[in-house]
Amino acid sequence: MTAVVAEDLTKTFGDFIAVDRVTFTVESGEIFGFLGPNGAGKTTTIKMMAGLVPPTSGRGAVAGHDIRTESAAIKRSIGYMSQLFSLYGDLTVEENIAFFSRLYGVPRPRRAARRDWVLKTAGLGDQRRRLTADLPLGWKQRLALGCAVLHEPPILFLDEPTSGVDPITRRRFWDLINRLADGGTTVFVTTHYMEEAEYCHRLALMNRGRLIALDAPSSLRGAAGEPLLEVETDDPARTVAALRGAPGVVDAAMFGRAVHVAVQDPRAGRAAVAAALGEHGLTATRVAEVAPTLEDVFVALVRAEGGAPVE
Amino acid sequence: MLSRTRLLAVSRKEVLQLRRDTRSLVLAFLLPVLLLVLFGYAITWDVNDVPTAVLDRDRTSRSRELVEAFPASGYFTITERVERPAEIDRLLDRSAVRLVLVIPPGFAADLDAGRPARLQALVDGSDANTATIVLGYTRGIVQSFSVDAVVNGATVRPPVEARSRVWYNEELESKNMIVPGLVAVIMMIIAAMLTSLTIAREWERGTMEQLASTPVHRVEVVLGKLLPYLAIGMIDVGVVSVVGVLLFDVPFRGNAALLAVLSLAFLTGALGLGMFISAVARSQLLATQIAMVATFLPAFLLSGFMFSIDVMPRVLQAITYLVPARYFLVVTRGIFLKGVGVEVLRVQGLLMIAFLVLGLFLATRVFRKEIQ
Repeated sequence: MTAVVAEDLTKTFGDFIAVDRVTFTVESGEIFGFLGPNGAGKTTTIKMMAGLVPPTSGRGAVAGHDIRTESAAIKRSIGYMSQLFSLYGDLTVEENIAFFSRLYGVPRPRRAARRDWVLKTAGLGDQRRRLTADLPLGWKQRLALGCAVLHEPPILFLDEPTSGVDPITRRRFWDLINRLADGGTTVFVTTHYMEEAEYCHRLALMNRGRLIALDAPSSLRGAAGEPLLEVETDDPARTVAALRGAPGVVDAAMFGRAVHVAVQDPRAGRAAVAAALGEHGLTATRVAEVAPTLEDVFVALVRAEGGAPVE
Repeated sequence: MLSRTRLLAVSRKEVLQLRRDTRSLVLAFLLPVLLLVLFGYAITWDVNDVPTAVLDRDRTSRSRELVEAFPASGYFTITERVERPAEIDRLLDRSAVRLVLVIPPGFAADLDAGRPARLQALVDGSDANTATIVLGYTRGIVQSFSVDAVVNGATVRPPVEARSRVWYNEELESKNMIVPGLVAVIMMIIAAMLTSLTIAREWERGTMEQLASTPVHRVEVVLGKLLPYLAIGMIDVGVVSVVGVLLFDVPFRGNAALLAVLSLAFLTGALGLGMFISAVARSQLLATQIAMVATFLPAFLLSGFMFSIDVMPRVLQAITYLVPARYFLVVTRGIFLKGVGVEVLRVQGLLMIAFLVLGLFLATRVFRKEIQ
């Protein structure tokens, strides 16, 4: 069953095209990721789907409801977590839960059970009477997720839910998301963390308002065009400068302490790299052909599209 | 479909937030009383104990008799007795006195001979209102002393005796006008200030986005937020009225229930207006400032509280019809001083209801883009 449909969805703010004819569908129970740099149009897309921002043109439906005309019905069937923490800091954990369960129309007899479920799943049982503003960010985000699913919505929209938290907290958060998806919830999530993108069943890559690729993470990695060499030297920054534009080299980019070099052919590429480095007085301590990561795929796709937006 | 559960959930949330916001609570309950006491004591149009200097060059029992009549009236206090005319300038220049009585030599002799006696009154005209009143009092005293006096150059003849009676405010005390008027002015300011923060705060803290993503209806948000502040506003009206009556000894001749009903309508309109300002400004600081300017100045200057509308230029008179406090002022003064009922305040009552509808309309309308 299809949970979310977008067809040629477009949003412009004056002359600026935030989202440019985006088309995709999300199946029920799927974890669907939107990956892209800041300003790629992820948040605008998720807000249009959640019925918060009307599209300029195009069509969209969530749980069978039109996003233009039935946003009230959409709001009853979704949970939404915005990019910035947006629960009430001056209410306690419990009070926030009570407030949102009433707004979401959780029937009175179910409220206590749902509250306890949220407290337990978010691991906030001991913090129930604490003011939300005093909680660490990771806990706040788990509470926000809990509040967004109080009414057990079939579809969940999460806009960069883990920005600003450490990897372990992020991991715990994703355990929660996985559990919800296992229970049949459709999860629509935006992120700019590559490792997080790997958790998604399918991934849409966005750049400059356009959807530039849509597939499972493993397929995206496999579809990367050019072979990739990982080059290690004493000076990665100078290495990138030396290799960019060198004959036989498509592109070079830093990757941790190493440099990832896209080449036309692996064998010829090794020779080309050695020659270009020699010209600049650099020596490679290690050169190996590697499988592209999502980040490499993303960089390659963005390059093909004409670059990332200027910050 | 509106839901009572959601509406009350918004109210309950607002109360919880208010309870933890000591600053706003103090503001909500203390500021009205503070304003009342401050303005109640500070603003007065009564002229009493005018500092007066006397230059008596006649030095007779008749001249002393006239001088004594001034402090005896209760309006004047003789603070200086001067010997030479040169000292007069100095006293008036330094504003040490507002009135100087100069009694020329031969004053008593002229009186006794049945000739018009003259006396000079020099008034400090830098405050024209006070000067007019001082002159009026001076004329009255001098006339009852039955002399022809020269007051700043004009000869005044004894008039026909008029007996007047003042209704509603027998002592013509300005506090009786000011305190009921203040109730109206203060409630306009407080109501708009109370709600001016509430929507802007949601924008500033990002909670509005979460709210907008839930099925809550904009009418539920507006009414839900309004209820707690309406309760505070009604308590304020009660407290300010009681303090006005007890502390300032202002009469309360009308029906308290009628005042409550009309206050309810007026407050709802003013709270809605504050909420509208809050939603438009989207910043708490800006919203409070707009609310202050948009309510305080018109309510103070154009409602008929400070200046009588009848004597304003026509353009300003037309503008006063847009100031809601103008109508509420008629209500509070009418109920406090005249004890009038709904038969007299019917028009004001309908206008209060129109204001209520307008306030709620503006407040809900402004959400249309965000919350359906």
